[in-house]
Amino acid sequence: MAVNKKKRMGIKERYSLLTRGLGWDTTYQPEEKVYPYDKYEGIIIHDWDEWEDPFRLTMDAYWKFQAEKERKLYAVIDSFAQNNGHLGITDARYINAIKIFLTGVSPLEYAAARGFTHVGRHFGGVGARVACQMQAIDELRHVQTQLHSMSHYNKYFDGLHNRGHMHDRVWYLSVPKSFFDDAMTAGPFEFLTAISFSFEYVLTNLLFVPFMSGAAFNGDMATVTFGFSAQSDEARHMTLGLGVIKFMLEQDERNVPIVQHWIDKWFWRGYRFLSLVAMMMDYMLPKRIMSWKEAWEIYFEDAGTSLFEDLGRYGIKLPKFHDIPAKEKDRLSHEVWSIFYNYTHAAAFHTWVPNEDEMQWLDSKYPDTFNKYYRPRYDHWQAEKDAGNRFYNQTLPMLCQTCQIPMGFTEPDDPTTICFRSSEHNGETYHFCSDGCKNIFDHEPEKYVQAWLPVHQIYQGNCGGASVEDVLEWYKLNKSVDNMDYDGSPDQKLWEQWQADRAKAAS
Amino acid sequence: MPVTSIGEYKFEPLDKRENFHGNILIYINWEKHLMFCAPVCVPLSPDMPFGALVSELLPNVYSAHPEFEKIDWDAVEWTLDHKPISPEPDQTLEDLGAHHKSLFRFTTPGLNGIGGVAS
Amino acid sequence: MTRNVSITLQNNDDARLIIEAIAEDNPEAVVNQYPAMVKIDCPGKLIVKQETVEEKLGRDWDVQEIHLSVISLAGNVDEEDDYFELSWGA
Repeated sequence: MAVNKKKRMGIKERYSLLTRGLGWDTTYQPEEKVYPYDKYEGIIIHDWDEWEDPFRLTMDAYWKFQAEKERKLYAVIDSFAQNNGHLGITDARYINAIKIFLTGVSPLEYAAARGFTHVGRHFGGVGARVACQMQAIDELRHVQTQLHSMSHYNKYFDGLHNRGHMHDRVWYLSVPKSFFDDAMTAGPFEFLTAISFSFEYVLTNLLFVPFMSGAAFNGDMATVTFGFSAQSDEARHMTLGLGVIKFMLEQDERNVPIVQHWIDKWFWRGYRFLSLVAMMMDYMLPKRIMSWKEAWEIYFEDAGTSLFEDLGRYGIKLPKFHDIPAKEKDRLSHEVWSIFYNYTHAAAFHTWVPNEDEMQWLDSKYPDTFNKYYRPRYDHWQAEKDAGNRFYNQTLPMLCQTCQIPMGFTEPDDPTTICFRSSEHNGETYHFCSDGCKNIFDHEPEKYVQAWLPVHQIYQGNCGGASVEDVLEWYKLNKSVDNMDYDGSPDQKLWEQWQADRAKAAS
Repeated sequence: MPVTSIGEYKFEPLDKRENFHGNILIYINWEKHLMFCAPVCVPLSPDMPFGALVSELLPNVYSAHPEFEKIDWDAVEWTLDHKPISPEPDQTLEDLGAHHKSLFRFTTPGLNGIGGVAS
Repeated sequence: MTRNVSITLQNNDDARLIIEAIAEDNPEAVVNQYPAMVKIDCPGKLIVKQETVEEKLGRDWDVQEIHLSVISLAGNVDEEDDYFELSWGA
């Protein structure tokens, strides 16, 4: 072991020099004009110097480790592309999960880079500013590496050609887009509670950990590598998320109810957004790791409960409506898959009826609900499809004003009845999929009356025209190529050709 | 509650009635038929007779379901914005009390979806 | 009931030895294997000791190198020059 390693400064000292020594007090402008946003939300900060980043990462260490991560990642990306890695995936249906990821999640990484750059500018404390700056750079790295990794699939598969344009326009992508827009248009402390704490700490484990492990299981070396490379930053972001919550709570007890409300709101916002992930895990991985229900139990019911018990000493409780997902976990992925099966003709990815093996797996994971409620539906859809009548819903759906998801969620205590909630505001009616979404609206109706609901926008004439064809064109979606059932798609034809070629070469 | 903001925070709702070219948005749900994953949203004239909604609009929306042709329309139970109604065919949507973003739900007694389990 | 803290690491060469070190220094730790990753749960707290990892790796190991292998964690973080610790509550 090296004897001289203690010569350099310890991490505490280095971190302190970076985050305390580099700040200064303003002289020719008042402080509140330089930092106009860090007080209006009502969060009271007495002493920014009590901000501590437990990782105490300094810039030199940050560059060193990030460079190392990039070197490893790009070695894999190059090798994946050079060795025709796309041929090693389990089944081309899997790529449809990647299409959702590219159009729905990667743009949020970019939005996060913008968001953290903005709030990093606006906090009065240096420690917070440094942490936000590092995270902004991380997020930019994430979007770039994700685009780079997934661009390989764009050489062969459909629906991956225009993620930025699609993210801004396509109906289901308004769900992630509006989620992040909501956070970015809040103040800096709410933004951190929304993204760093509720999303990164409490919820993204569900997206990045079991789903990425699933990517590995399905032979997608590119995705698992960028996923885990991003997630190694995420562990630091999670720590920042917990750090910022504790910092706010310790600074002043008047902060507690404000923070609690934000936790309630952003838990529910994030949970609704993750219903897309529930579907990806249960339906879009040809080889499955764990069900949505199991993931929810591990990552929220176990880990989340420990977290909130720990925060109990500050007076923080489990998020309002935290018990609803426990009631929904037996049906969430099935209801969401049904939504996309209904409207695949307007989506930039394919859906399908799960095959018999997959239905057996679903039954084994959801013994109380799958065969009872969902298998009869799939059997019917399969029979219709075999008869040449693949079912597509021809009428646009009603959307929730808050989460913007089609109103396909059922009553918490009755999986056979759609859950309807509504509110009146200034003489207008607004509809919601759940008590959680209604509660969020009722707290800030002026914000959500501005929601850009894709269905209503189509009917107002703002999306290229009145027919589905017009709207698809406006989405820049290639008709009969990017959309419709997987069976009969160009993706499927290409995949089967590759399999046939491989069989021929082997014989 | 008002939005906590740095200044006056007042915006027009994006979906006001006048933005829909004379139509109003109507939401419709066929209870216990979740093969249609969600209620539907349609822009309709407030002067549309209820009979036209049943005989012209609903077949376009729901006829893909094997139970649709079995519906006994005299037995159907309707609610408008969660209140029971007994609509007559010649009453217009407005006569019935429907307004912009009203919700019609209908139940078809004896018809409970594919397999009888609400699909 | 003591609540679990948790750390998830990539299943790669460096991390394998860190996982071994964790298992050795935390007798109550439960190691769960998944494709491409390993999730370690431990009641109350979990420590990663620089000394043990260096012994296993046979080279100097900066505790912050853990950033290269970690995927996720649950618990309050305390990082020093010679250890990395996760814990719940005081």
